[in-house]
Amino acid sequence: MWWIPAAAAQTFMPPAATDIAKRVNSIYEFLVISSLISFVIVIVGLVYFIQKYKRKSENDKTAYITHNYTLEFLWSFIPFVLFMVLFAWGAKVYWDMRVSPEDAMEIHVNAKKWDWEFIYKNGRKITSDVDDKGKRIPPTMVVPVNKPVKLIMTSIKLNPNDKRDRAVLHSFFVPAFRTKQDIVPGRYTALYFTPTKVGNFHVFCTEYCGTGHSQMLGMVKVVEDNDFNNWVLGSEGGGPKELSMADKGKQIYATRACIGCHSLDGTPMTGPTWKGLYGSDRQFNDGTSTTADENYLRESILNANAKIVKGFTANQMPSFQGQLTDEDVTNVIEFIKSVK
Amino acid sequence: MAGAGSNYLNHEKGIMSWLTSRDHKRIGLLYFYTVGFFFLLGGIFAMLIRTELFSAGMQFTPELYNRFMTYHGVIMVFFVIIPGIPAILGNIIMPLQIGARDVAFPLVNLMSWYCYIAGAALGVASLFMGETVLWGIFGGADTGWTFYTPYSIKFSAANITAAFAAFVAGFSSILTGVNFVATVHKLRCPGMTMNRIPLFVWALYATAILQVLATPVVGITVALLAMENIFGIGFFDPELGGDPVLFQHFFWFYSHPAVYIMILPAMGVISELITAFSKKTIFGYTAIAYSSLAIAGVSFLVWGHHMYVSSQSEIAGLVFSILTMFVGVPTAIKLFNWLATLYKGSIQMQSPMLYALGFLFIFTIGGVTGIFLATIATDVHFHDTYFVVAHFHYVMVGGTLMAIMGGALYWFPKITGKMFNESIARMSFVFIFVGFNVTFFPQFILGAMGMPRRYADYLPAFESLNRISSLGSYVIGFGFIIALYVFINGWRKGAPAPANPWGAKTLEWTVPSPPPHENFDKIPTVTAGPYEYR
Repeated sequence: MWWIPAAAAQTFMPPAATDIAKRVNSIYEFLVISSLISFVIVIVGLVYFIQKYKRKSENDKTAYITHNYTLEFLWSFIPFVLFMVLFAWGAKVYWDMRVSPEDAMEIHVNAKKWDWEFIYKNGRKITSDVDDKGKRIPPTMVVPVNKPVKLIMTSIKLNPNDKRDRAVLHSFFVPAFRTKQDIVPGRYTALYFTPTKVGNFHVFCTEYCGTGHSQMLGMVKVVEDNDFNNWVLGSEGGGPKELSMADKGKQIYATRACIGCHSLDGTPMTGPTWKGLYGSDRQFNDGTSTTADENYLRESILNANAKIVKGFTANQMPSFQGQLTDEDVTNVIEFIKSVK
Repeated sequence: MAGAGSNYLNHEKGIMSWLTSRDHKRIGLLYFYTVGFFFLLGGIFAMLIRTELFSAGMQFTPELYNRFMTYHGVIMVFFVIIPGIPAILGNIIMPLQIGARDVAFPLVNLMSWYCYIAGAALGVASLFMGETVLWGIFGGADTGWTFYTPYSIKFSAANITAAFAAFVAGFSSILTGVNFVATVHKLRCPGMTMNRIPLFVWALYATAILQVLATPVVGITVALLAMENIFGIGFFDPELGGDPVLFQHFFWFYSHPAVYIMILPAMGVISELITAFSKKTIFGYTAIAYSSLAIAGVSFLVWGHHMYVSSQSEIAGLVFSILTMFVGVPTAIKLFNWLATLYKGSIQMQSPMLYALGFLFIFTIGGVTGIFLATIATDVHFHDTYFVVAHFHYVMVGGTLMAIMGGALYWFPKITGKMFNESIARMSFVFIFVGFNVTFFPQFILGAMGMPRRYADYLPAFESLNRISSLGSYVIGFGFIIALYVFINGWRKGAPAPANPWGAKTLEWTVPSPPPHENFDKIPTVTAGPYEYR
């Protein structure tokens, strides 16, 4: 739109590092311009009337105007149309922001009081560090440019055994990506972005979480594809020393007796098989159905009786609430996802 | 009936005559003193917040900052802005405007003030509870005024007490609401049809409906929170099988309508001021009256726009976005109607009118930035940043506080029987208006840059704008000190006020200033609308 002096509006926003961010900017610029126009109309009208109709004497006669339907219709209808346009435009961009892209690279995010942990599928865990002077170095998530990324996020307790403590809400916000998602204890939330710019971008926690809220900073470092592969291979930063998340989950599968009831080859046993489970359509005894996503799997692990798949009986599986840590549960889910 | 010269201020004497008074005007003044006290307290917390944020790095401690932030919010929302206009100006003026001797239930009216006092006492007490963070005596809640779970479930007496204080203060709001609905329906004087009541009364009526219907929800929510804490029943705590996001739904189901409880009465005051000081009938009486009801109605259906990124479903987010856009329309209608009222008027720029025009200026900015937040894609960026802080201060402070100040000055001669010093009152406006914009406009930019709210510390890149903002807040503070002087000086030394110093047409100006104990010697009969300026 030619009449948008884009530069003015963009000045205040951080550089747009995704395509979505650019589209958000367009809406923002439109809003700034149309707001300025409305504001100027109102204020110029106001000042003009004050000057023009200044009281001259106590006996001034004033016009007795009670309404004017045409005018009233216009100033209701024009804003209404404008608002509907903005709604539709905003809805479209929001929808694209929130739809999981194909083949997104998944990274797990654990938020806790008051730090971030970024865990890659190969088990590599990025945590914050402390420099020589005791100053905190925020954790840096490294991602390749132009590749869609899906963050699977949850909030965990500092010490899983502390009964008095609670995991609290956090929110993952990258201003340069114009995107944000609250992180809720007890469930997974997702955030998608496809960075189009190489560089370092700030991560803020934007849901109030207590004393260290404003110190809960992080970085996203967007690098070229090659650099990312090198980084993953470990030429930078030490490489994976740990088991992958799925392998850790497999160990739990074997040691915590999942193996007794859940096959990996498609055979139904006491419980449904894990083969092809993730992403499949689940039909339940009570006639409802859902897609098996991370939150469904989590609920089934912690409270198996919440939803019983057709053809199986309830009360066969113990609750693992309090038996497995949040990280264990996530690892088991990653293992289930790997059994295709 | 006492003799000539007797009015509601002097017809009974002694402190007990005030503490047990059922006169709506006296109860309004009781509210004025107490709300005024909490406004000063909340203002001090605001200054402390801005002092912490004056520079990057910590001036106080994060623990202290979080308590300043919490108490500023709790006090200003629950103890100042919500009761502000209805309980002070509404109580004193509304029965006068409809030609009634008092509200429908005078004793309930007194009771509502005691609920307020009980809530306020609990709120102050909570400052001394919980983990102490200052001088070994001050602790207090650190949850923010929203009390979001699971953070607020951490077994802290201070958090629960502060939430309970809001719960008790809520009853004061409900009682006022019930009273006003009954009063508007039953006590209008002969000839005062619903189409002839002043727009301030219409606004209070719409507000009262919200108070009655919405406030119980916050009560229920706090009760559930208490049951969770005391009996370990899981409502919001994921470790007990609860859902923390459910709390946000409950909270905003009340607190969004509460936003309109704060702003609708302000809009009513503005309608009175604009007509009185332009000596012109209101443009679009019906549109303004019914748009108040429309705003009140739609306000129940938009709570989810506080939760676009809370993990509520995308579909829900879209529905709340379009419903929120609907609120914009009646709001725009009001603004244009006020503007049209000025057209061909006889405008006098007295200090109450300055505040009313200041309201139009600030509220326009607050209104258009609301659309930035209703548009769901941009809200994802702005949510929980300083953009939101700036927006709601433009609406709540710039809107409601401007209206409180304008209304208080406008009705000051009626309430006290004295005139205030006009030129000092104008000076207070200049400081408050300029200070306000200097404080809050930079916060829009900080929000666009991505600075999150409720941060005790920030990146160095945000420092210069924060500094401007902090300086502005001191200017506002100075403006309110001047305003306080205007009130005290006017009451003590002001010249006696005539019955109708502004030449206004509504009924309260037909009785002497200050009004007699039961308002009217003889109940008036009305034959025309409220703004018959010709």
